Amino acid sequence: MKEIVVLSGKGGAGKTSITAAFAALGAKDLVLADCDVDAADMHLLTAPEIQVEEDFYSGKVYEVKTDGCVHCFKCMKVCHFDAVSHIDGEFVIDPMECEGCGYCYQVCPTRTIEMHPRLAGKFYVSNTRFGNTLVHARLGIAADNSGKLVTKVREEAKKMALEQQKKYVLVDASPGIGCPVVASLTGAHFVVMVTEPTVSGLHDLSRVYELIRKLKLKSGCIINKADINPEMAGQIKQFLEENDVPLLAELPYDVRFTEAISQAKTIVEYDQGALREKLVKAWEEVRELTDK
Amino acid sequence: MQIAIASGKGGTGKTTLAVNLAVLLSEKFSGTGQKVLLADLDVEEPNSGLFLKGDLIEEQVNYRMVPDWKEDKCTLCKRCANVCEFNALAFLGISVMIFPELCHSCYACSDLCPEDALPMEKRRMGVTRRYRLNESLEFMESRIDIGVEQATPLIEQTRKYIKENYDDQWMVLLDSPPGTSCPVMEAVKDADLVLLITEPTPFGFHDLKLAMDTMGELGKKYAVVINKYGIGNDEVLHYCEQKQIPVIGKLPHLTEAAVLYSKGKNMVDTLPAIRNEIEKIYSGILKLTEDRA
Repeated sequence: MKEIVVLSGKGGAGKTSITAAFAALGAKDLVLADCDVDAADMHLLTAPEIQVEEDFYSGKVYEVKTDGCVHCFKCMKVCHFDAVSHIDGEFVIDPMECEGCGYCYQVCPTRTIEMHPRLAGKFYVSNTRFGNTLVHARLGIAADNSGKLVTKVREEAKKMALEQQKKYVLVDASPGIGCPVVASLTGAHFVVMVTEPTVSGLHDLSRVYELIRKLKLKSGCIINKADINPEMAGQIKQFLEENDVPLLAELPYDVRFTEAISQAKTIVEYDQGALREKLVKAWEEVRELTDK
Repeated sequence: MQIAIASGKGGTGKTTLAVNLAVLLSEKFSGTGQKVLLADLDVEEPNSGLFLKGDLIEEQVNYRMVPDWKEDKCTLCKRCANVCEFNALAFLGISVMIFPELCHSCYACSDLCPEDALPMEKRRMGVTRRYRLNESLEFMESRIDIGVEQATPLIEQTRKYIKENYDDQWMVLLDSPPGTSCPVMEAVKDADLVLLITEPTPFGFHDLKLAMDTMGELGKKYAVVINKYGIGNDEVLHYCEQKQIPVIGKLPHLTEAAVLYSKGKNMVDTLPAIRNEIEKIYSGILKLTEDRA
């Protein structure tokens, strides 16, 4: 079982559209994992029927009890996040500011601070309309630790793939290069970078590629909306050549991508022409390079 | 006044709106003494600077505080590892390993160490740069170093820097990071108004609702701007009407706009249809914030 991760340096490059197209093409061979836990959109195209729904806890929240408090102000003094305030004679910990470090809990002389697990989000396993499994999640508002939730989604997807004897786990990664992306990439077998030929596209691609090289991962690239700026597309191709990264596909700027989304379809279902053909070829190449 | 520009996810046009609004306002403000600052708080992927080229006037390295293990003082009592909620300290035989990327700089290990063996020390996190474009426009960005995992501390420092260095004469526009988690919340903390930018597609609509939930939770006043108006459907518009959420601008979907964006050029100078909408957005901002003045 091998893991293929689709990512883009930034949002809006078309990552989810392309991942969903691959998911439709390879449906019977894969388990799909939506690791864009901040703004998971894969479910809009795959119409999942939720089979498992679980609360995801990560970190801790603290609460000051009134009983027993001797008003020593220690909790307030040690907090480096200004999360503790003294309002109407009571200590209140703002969950939005609290980092969950527990320093207040450690120094409270009367043990009047309570500790609870923090509900950080929801985690789901679903059946998609393609007939395969989608593992996805939703991070709670203001919840940190998206990296941990991403790891949980990936691990669960791998478990499912092994159980169902599938060849691949296809991961829609979160945007950027921060902690959730690192969590999406570690240990992957192949990375598909999706980029667009804009000044920011090349810039973000080179940052993401730096990360991929550091992690020593195999990768390929799809240039989306390639025709909006042929010169920049050329620069991206040059960058790929210099770094020996295979170009998997060049897709044009096409309103059919948006039309497909508006009808909750993947582009390979909506378009039976050139767009579909390019993505079919790209998916074949991804499989070949992953299996190599 | 501070206006944050946010969206549920990337690619919806935050940078486009931020840059074009900044350029238009700086033209309007020219000679009036009023000024505009565009600050890119998307520290992982600051892209606004690709559109606004100016003279570098200040560069500042940012640090955060992380414990440093002093072997000679340590008695291996393990108090530090026991109090750390983030597993940022580990005992390996007779030494202590520190994982700075997991550390939240809470000081608990350092302060509670009975032997003073874990003093907090500076560790580099990223760089903040400030540029001047003309007498009424400045741009600043913070950029996190690759491998630094937490964006929030750098955003927090940048936010404080803005508060300390820019007075009421400045209209501050904040280009926020995408998403709905910590970094966005940190970015919009000081904003008087948040503009949520979205696209009229099911993806856009779904992410907009998440962003609205986040702003609601924070108690932030917000308005909606629809980008690429004309593609997709009217779901977003109907929803906002129903919920009485102000939609203060609709940037038309134009292929020329995508081409200009790809070249790193602004649109207000060449596309009147966009300029018009940006003007409307500015009026909308003034209307929604006038009770503040």
